[in-house]
Amino acid sequence: MTHYLDFEKPLAEIEGKAEELRALARDNEGMDVASEAAALDAKAQAMLKDLYGKLTPWRKCQVARHPERPHCKDYIEALFTEYMPLAGDRNFADDHAVMGGTARFNDMPVVVIGHEKGNDTQSRLDRNFGMARPEGYRKAVRLMEMADKFGLPVITLIDTPGAYPGKGAEERGQSEAIARSTEKCLQIGVPLVSVVIGEGGSGGAVAFATANRVAMLEHSVYSVISPEGCASILWKDSDKMREAAEALRLTAQDLIKLGVADRVIPEPLGGAHRDRAVVIANVGKAIAGMLEEMDGHKAKDLIRARRQKFLSMGSKGLAA
Amino acid sequence: MNWITNYVRPRINSIFSRREVPENLWSKCDSCGTMLFHREISDNLNVCSECGHHMHITPRDRFLALFDGGVFSEIDVPEPLTDPLQFRDQKKYPERMKAAQKGTGEKEAMLVAAGEIGRTPVVCAAQDFSFMGGSMGMYVGNAIVKAAEEAVRLGRPLILFSAAGGARMQEGILSLMQMPRSTVAIQMLKEKNLPYIVVLTHPTTGGVTASYAMLGDIQIAEPNALICFAGPRVIEQTIREKLPEGFQRAEYLLDHGMLDRVTDRRKLREELIVICRQLMKMPPPTWGDLPAPGPDEAKMPQTKPAK
Repeated sequence: MTHYLDFEKPLAEIEGKAEELRALARDNEGMDVASEAAALDAKAQAMLKDLYGKLTPWRKCQVARHPERPHCKDYIEALFTEYMPLAGDRNFADDHAVMGGTARFNDMPVVVIGHEKGNDTQSRLDRNFGMARPEGYRKAVRLMEMADKFGLPVITLIDTPGAYPGKGAEERGQSEAIARSTEKCLQIGVPLVSVVIGEGGSGGAVAFATANRVAMLEHSVYSVISPEGCASILWKDSDKMREAAEALRLTAQDLIKLGVADRVIPEPLGGAHRDRAVVIANVGKAIAGMLEEMDGHKAKDLIRARRQKFLSMGSKGLAA
Repeated sequence: MNWITNYVRPRINSIFSRREVPENLWSKCDSCGTMLFHREISDNLNVCSECGHHMHITPRDRFLALFDGGVFSEIDVPEPLTDPLQFRDQKKYPERMKAAQKGTGEKEAMLVAAGEIGRTPVVCAAQDFSFMGGSMGMYVGNAIVKAAEEAVRLGRPLILFSAAGGARMQEGILSLMQMPRSTVAIQMLKEKNLPYIVVLTHPTTGGVTASYAMLGDIQIAEPNALICFAGPRVIEQTIREKLPEGFQRAEYLLDHGMLDRVTDRRKLREELIVICRQLMKMPPPTWGDLPAPGPDEAKMPQTKPAK
C-alpha cells in the first residue's frame, strides 16, 4: 500500500482505479482490461511528471519526509559491504538515531555515519525518529577520529528533523556535542563527503555535513529551521509553513546556487520511494564521484580546502 | 588621524554618552521590582544592587566598562551581502534590519574591539541581544572571523561575549553555515595557542550555543543566564512535562559539568584579566585604578581602515 502525500490525492485515485481494474481482471478470466489499465497508467505517469516537475518547496519537504523514502540503513545495506556497526560514545550510551561503523565502499575501507529514522512504529521509536542526542554526535566524533587515525574516508548520510529537544539531551550537553562534531569534521585529514538523503535539519545536520563535498538528493531539503518552526516564530502561525518553506530557500536547487551543496542527485519520477534501486544506485555513483575528486589529496590539503570552503560560504547570494 | 580616532574620539564619546539623560530616571528591576536610579544601574553594570539580577547590557557599555579607561578601538567588520535570500515574511528583511539599526544605534548584532584590560592586550567580541535577538547571520560570522584574524595577527587572546536567540532565520541556510564558519575561525586561534575565552550571557541559545559559544578554552557564564540548544518551551512541548527549577540556567549547567565558572558581571573584568595573563604567561596584574592607556598604547590596537 503506497502512502500518498496530500497533493498526490488525484494521483492516488487514478492509480487506485488501475489497481482495481487489474484485480478485477485477475478474478474474472478472459476480461481484457490491459488497454484501459495502460491508459490509466499513462495518465498517472503524466500526472506524476506534472506534479513532480514543479514541486513547491513545501511539497519537497513532504517528499523528503515521506515515510517510505529509503533511509540511511537502506543505503548502507545496498551500497556498502562488510558493514561493521560500531556503537557507543564511551561515556554514557549508544544513540540509535545515529548509525555508524566501518565498511567497504567499492572494496575500499571507509567509515560511514548517518541518521536513521526507522521505518515502522517500533523502529521509529527505537531510532527516536532520527533525532540524535548528544551521544549520537559523540559517537560520530569517535568514529571520525578513528577514520582519521587509519586514513579511511568518511561518508555521512544526512536525514534528521534536527537534534532531539529533550531534558536529558540538554543536561548532557547537546550544544557542546554538536559543536564538537562540527569541529571534528573540520579537523580530520581524510576525505569527508556527505549526502543529504532526506531532511537536513539544522545543527543536527551541520554536525555531520561540514564536509569537503555535499550532495543532495533532488527532493531533499537542508535548512536552518523547519518550515513549521520558522512559521511559528516569524508568522506567529505554524500553518504558514508553505510561505516559510518558500522563504527559507531550503531546496537542493537553491542550495546549489548558494554554494552550500555541490551536486544534486536525481531521483526517480515521483520521488526516491517510487524506485529505491534507482535512487540507491544514483547515490552510490555520486559518492564514488565525490571520493574520486579527492583521490590522492594530502591530509593537510583536504583540511585546508574544507576550511576554505566554509570560510567563503555566504559570498554567493541568489541572483535577483 | 589615528590618535584622534582611537584615543580622542572614544574619550569624547564616552563623556557625552554619560551625560545623556535617559527618559526615565528610575527603572524597575525585572526580577525583584526594586526601583533603581539610572546612575546606580549603570555604575553597577546593569546589575540590580538589591537582588543581583543581571539585566541586559549593550556591547558598547560593556566595552566601556571592560577596557582600561573605557578606551578601545573598534575593529571594522567586512560587510556581507545584503539580504542574500530576498527573504520575506510579514516584513521584508531589510526593513527589519533598518528597524533594528534605528532601535540600537548599532550596525549589526556584534561589536568587535581591540584594547587593553588591566594592561593586558586583548581582542573582544560581544553579541548584542537587542539587535534582532543577537541572531547569528553572515555579519556575525564575519565579525567572529575578523576577531579571530585580528587576535592571531596581534598575538592576543580573544574574549567573546555571547548572547543570541540562535541563527538568523532571514538568512536561511547561510546563517546555519555560520556554525562551521565560526568554528573555522576558532580553530585559527587554537592553532596559534591563543586563549579563546567565552562569556555566555543571557540568553545564549540555538546554533550559537552549538558552535563558537561552546568551544572556549574557558567557559564562563553570567549568573542565571539561559544557556541551551533547544529552548525550555520547545522541550516542554516535546516531553510534555514541567522542567525542574533553574533548568538550563548557568548554575544548572555548571552543576552538569558544561561550564568552568559562573561569575558575577561585576567581578568579570578582574577574572578575565587574571585568566588571560596566566594563559599568556604574563606577570600578575597590577590592581587599582590605572590611568587610561596613553596615546602610544592606544595606538597599539589600531587596525587598518576597512577597504
